[in-house]
Amino acid sequence: MDKVYPSLDAAVADIPDGASIAIAGFFTAGTPSPLIRALAKRGVKDLTIICMQMGPGNEDINQLIVNKQVKKAICNYPFYRSATRGANSPAEQAVRAGEIEMEVCPMGTFSEKLRAAGAGIAAFYTPTGVGTVVEEGKEKRKFGDREYLLELAIKPDYAFVYAYKADTIGNLSCHKTARNYNPEMAAAGRITIAAVENIVRPGEIDGDMVHIPGVYVQRVVKVDRPKYFPTID
Amino acid sequence: MNVTKKLRGLSRELIALRIANELEDGTYVNLGIGIPTLVSDWIEGRDIVLQAELGMLNTGPLASKDDVEQDLINASCQPVTELPGSCYFSENESFSMIRGGYMDTAVLGALQVSEKGDLAGWNNPGRGLPDNIGNIGGSMDLAVGAKKVIIAMMHVTNDGEYKIVKKCSYPLTAEGVVDLIVTDLSVIEVTPKGLLLREVAPGLTAADVQSVTEPKLIVSPDLKEIQF
Repeated sequence: MDKVYPSLDAAVADIPDGASIAIAGFFTAGTPSPLIRALAKRGVKDLTIICMQMGPGNEDINQLIVNKQVKKAICNYPFYRSATRGANSPAEQAVRAGEIEMEVCPMGTFSEKLRAAGAGIAAFYTPTGVGTVVEEGKEKRKFGDREYLLELAIKPDYAFVYAYKADTIGNLSCHKTARNYNPEMAAAGRITIAAVENIVRPGEIDGDMVHIPGVYVQRVVKVDRPKYFPTID
Repeated sequence: MNVTKKLRGLSRELIALRIANELEDGTYVNLGIGIPTLVSDWIEGRDIVLQAELGMLNTGPLASKDDVEQDLINASCQPVTELPGSCYFSENESFSMIRGGYMDTAVLGALQVSEKGDLAGWNNPGRGLPDNIGNIGGSMDLAVGAKKVIIAMMHVTNDGEYKIVKKCSYPLTAEGVVDLIVTDLSVIEVTPKGLLLREVAPGLTAADVQSVTEPKLIVSPDLKEIQF
């Protein structure tokens, strides 16, 4: 059961136009940038991307926008905090121009939509968003004395995840806060592709240190550890 | 537009210090972006566990230049450090903690707070984006899930407009969730009867604070100057 792919290009070679892709990473941490760059190079269009943000801390997602590869984005913190910086960013300009359809979810709802998909759950009720624009068009239901919104799972065709270490059968070990969205997105993706800094043989990751079990991971590809200073300014 | 007069009050750092003094030992706390982040400077050594919502408990102080670890950041994307007892988990588990009611206190910034404790903090219409598009981030989950919500903000906007209002005109983060508002000018508690003015910045009177606050304030019989 060897899941190792020889190259980034090979790992994304079958992604078609119109695919939906969950992309992990919290700002800079744990983002599978090499896979995003491979996707930009591949040039497929009409993509739906499901990712925390569209610019801050990630210029590679910006490139997908500049290339006009994205039809729709589902995010929770899409833009730069600074209005000035945001107004100059390709993502915000594309949304303002109506070139990209955008859906914004509360952060917890966002990751729960992915967790639910990975666990075979179609939808769930949460009190987050009640009384706000988030409730528009959604079923509202009372349990006890509290109101909840019905939120639907998101099941992406692909998930791009990042890990510090993998074995050849797809078990992944993450590093500190670079874990973030990776476990739930790995489970949610129909095909999950992991960019990893190190690949070892089965048995060389302590089983207690596996954060993403290999059952969720279909492809593993080795990348060089990026070097950067974490910032969104 | 309700242009109000300019009053001098606390710095952002002192707003954070006043909030740090409000936090109880033995509690779990999440700090939002902006002034709330500064609270962490005032609680070093205290028995308070900070959560970073990307998936960390016992988040330590900001990393010095030599200690920067790119895989160790807080929710504002600043390099941070570990403390004894730090642990890591997924972002989904982090929000399970928040939604599950395990955060004793969330300290959040705000654009507007209403007299009923409604919070508007994620989408400034001045930015010109649609009402349902903007950086919600974790604010709605924290506002709904934390046991106590403390707002850290300047009392009025840069243009002198009310931020403490009868009814929020900006898109809401959550309804009726705010417990305490700490601004550069005052400490105000949200009560079922209305907004209770508990403390004023040194040199100010209750009338001064009322003059820059849209809803009618109930002045505490124990009204005092903010102390640290």
